[in-house]
Amino acid sequence: MADAKVKFGTPAKIPGWINYAIVPLVNLIAAFLISGIVIIIIGDDPIKALEVLFYGAFGYPEAIGYTLYYTTNFIFTGLAVAIAFHCGLFNIGAEGQAILGGLGVGLIALYFDWLPIWLIIPMAMIAAAIFGAGWAYIPAYLQAKRGSHIVITTIMFNFIAAALATYLLVEVLIDSTGQSPESREFAETTWLPFFHEYLTMPKTPLNLSFIYALVLSACFYFFVWHTRWGYEIRVVGQNETAARYAGISPSKNIILAMMLSGALAGFVGVNEIQGVQHRLILDFTGGYGFVGIAVALMGRNHPVGIFLAALLFGALYQGGTELAFEMRSINKELIVVIQGLIILFSGALEHMFRPKIEAIYRRIVGPQMVEAP
Amino acid sequence: MTLEAPALELRHINKRFGPVHANKDISLSVSRGTIHGIIGENGAGKSTLMSIVYGFYQADSGDVFVDGNLCDIDNPQGSIAAGIGMVHQHFMLVDTFSVLENVILGVEGGFMLADGLSKARVELERLEQEYALDVNVDAIVGDLPVGLRQRVEILKALYRGAEILILDEPTGVLTPQEADHLFRILDILRDQGKTVILITHKLREIMAITDAVSVMRRGEMVAHVETAKTDREQLAELMVGRSVLLQVEKEPATPGETLLEIKNLNYIDEDGVGRLRNVNLKLRAGEILGIAGVSGNGQSELLEVLGGILAPASGSIRYKDQEMFGSQDFTARNLRKIGLGHVPEDRHRSGLVLSFSANECTILGYQDNPEYNKGLRLNQNAMINACEMHIEKFDVRPTDPLLKASGFSGGNQQKLVLAREMEQDPDVLLVGQPTRGVDIGAIEFIHNQLIEKRDAGKAILVVSVEIDEVMSIADRIAVMFDGEIVGVIDSKDATETKLGLMMAGIRDTDTLDKAAS
Repeated sequence: MADAKVKFGTPAKIPGWINYAIVPLVNLIAAFLISGIVIIIIGDDPIKALEVLFYGAFGYPEAIGYTLYYTTNFIFTGLAVAIAFHCGLFNIGAEGQAILGGLGVGLIALYFDWLPIWLIIPMAMIAAAIFGAGWAYIPAYLQAKRGSHIVITTIMFNFIAAALATYLLVEVLIDSTGQSPESREFAETTWLPFFHEYLTMPKTPLNLSFIYALVLSACFYFFVWHTRWGYEIRVVGQNETAARYAGISPSKNIILAMMLSGALAGFVGVNEIQGVQHRLILDFTGGYGFVGIAVALMGRNHPVGIFLAALLFGALYQGGTELAFEMRSINKELIVVIQGLIILFSGALEHMFRPKIEAIYRRIVGPQMVEAP
Repeated sequence: MTLEAPALELRHINKRFGPVHANKDISLSVSRGTIHGIIGENGAGKSTLMSIVYGFYQADSGDVFVDGNLCDIDNPQGSIAAGIGMVHQHFMLVDTFSVLENVILGVEGGFMLADGLSKARVELERLEQEYALDVNVDAIVGDLPVGLRQRVEILKALYRGAEILILDEPTGVLTPQEADHLFRILDILRDQGKTVILITHKLREIMAITDAVSVMRRGEMVAHVETAKTDREQLAELMVGRSVLLQVEKEPATPGETLLEIKNLNYIDEDGVGRLRNVNLKLRAGEILGIAGVSGNGQSELLEVLGGILAPASGSIRYKDQEMFGSQDFTARNLRKIGLGHVPEDRHRSGLVLSFSANECTILGYQDNPEYNKGLRLNQNAMINACEMHIEKFDVRPTDPLLKASGFSGGNQQKLVLAREMEQDPDVLLVGQPTRGVDIGAIEFIHNQLIEKRDAGKAILVVSVEIDEVMSIADRIAVMFDGEIVGVIDSKDATETKLGLMMAGIRDTDTLDKAAS
């Protein structure tokens, strides 16, 4: 009894792979099953659709490049939402923070283009982080010091960010020779290197920021689980009263976590503005900030899970475009339906299958009778 | 058989939760018109058993008989219909409703509320008279003291026609006087032919009021005895499974210098209510100062102010001759650095992060300490080693530093918190409710640890609502009432009656002396 690892009152331990692999997989399959039914209803072949989707996402080098380019954005926003989650905050504002991040990158590329690229690269990164973090700071401050709910304020700040970007692009930064609300093209010396410039692969938007995403994922893991600052953020997120008791300031950590979150979201601007568009445009964030919530949820706020979830959504974006192109009855809106179903099953209905799966596991393993200590 | 059927009979009840066998083949018979105690440590299965009787859970096997008739109770409505009423540990009342409205909740009777209310008023007044349950039926429940709220719960059960009344740990929130009053009510109920089942882990109550007692241990019923034919020691032994010392053995204290001095301390909460009023206390090295009082009289606030969590409004707090009031250093973090340990009253709310592993909880509050850090990163080996050391020294089970804190039982969680705070070797130790929800076996251990620290010359402040506990471990006792210190007495002069009166706010020395003699 003394060495019993299992204790009175706790059910038999469910191994991690059930939680991290089987449950998400079952959720995903359920989402695809329902999507399949929808496709049957509109009179097409779901198996073929899945084939096209998969081929479109991973079937040839160009597709992989596009998939990874989308994945990059989802990693940034997924990590952004996740760091806020660890502090118990629901950051709906990654979208707006990404807009600001892009603005920061754009200003560097527009006004410092006389500097060499090895200076532009870190400066753009820092600008993206500072602008994103700064934009997140305001709702964070209001939450920490004034108790304004972060969900409400971050949503509102998305609108403000979009309006600000429109104003700046229409009135201030607009390329006076052009008609549309966008800045002039950046000098080529400020562009982030593309993968296809260095690797033998077809021309795709995949650029250096994919590497940033991987490095930031590793940093994220180290920071959250292996430093005292990450520890403090998690204490605040899990139990604010315990944090106060332990002398950990909730408000400081709320602000810190949100600023990190905003900085991570700001990196979408690096990928999009410095990496691909090479000019400041409107609406470059394309909903990545919102999908980042699903990515973080699906990825269990862990960088490995976030990478996998980001890859899934990247593949859906890319394969979905292909699907809409290949199959006439399936249009862009149906791709959104499929995405929605995946978000529904892996986000909102995350726990629907879990008890069943755990029960099946227990039945297979057999009852472990435990004596009360 | 010609004998009258028992009011409640359980036969071979089994209940499993997953792999845990919470109730093993339990049989129990409670005679009509008696008060029957069910005693056992936390996790012994008492609450599970009563939840089965009340219809919250279904037994895996076994039968429930009420008045000799087999009852198929599968929800609380079924048990109410069978004449069983339950008074929960945490009251199920709507604070903003009046007593009357609360009582008819769910049995409003008819479409128009007014009819039901006027009928209920008549019935309630009859019940109040019959059972001496005085409550103003129009009072708002939120305004009533806890003792009266409990009466509302009892009224609720009686109004629904309960013949069998189950009370789950009813005295946890009451002063000794209020508890005595409750016992008088239970007496009347018994005399009127009602059957009362009292679930508790307090031996004193069992001895004071019950006719018969059943003892549970680890999901099994280990004994049924008549209360008159047993004693506290025997019951304690039955509960724990070995003999237990109920009284802590300790030498008289040898207090040294004053390590903590509080003068005219005031604290005002967010609503502008003064929770601490002109509190004056001195805590010396090598002594245990106990703070007694009914919960909610400022003890929690006192602990949190001293622990640097709440900011006081005025007054002076000196730790080791360093004035803290208004000082930059008066934060929970800095206080730990200058040698203050703090075991919070509520280990779930404050002392632990339940979703963290035990070793992560080991550094809570000490995450800055160099021993737990290596450059930028947390030194996970050091954390695990420290946690293993705590587990060994405080006999925590299971012995797994990677297990989540929520996976430990209440007593073991408490030991983890105590170990964390004590092993930093603080000079001043604040302890809130050292043994709340802790098994008898572990209580003994925790008390001995506190005495050991005292004998090592540490200053210890213990806040507890368990009057027995304060009397047994403290050297001096300060009683709090309504945010004030009513008085400080030597624990050798303390009696339960005297402390009880002080807890009710009586400072008049004549009354106290009379009560003492």
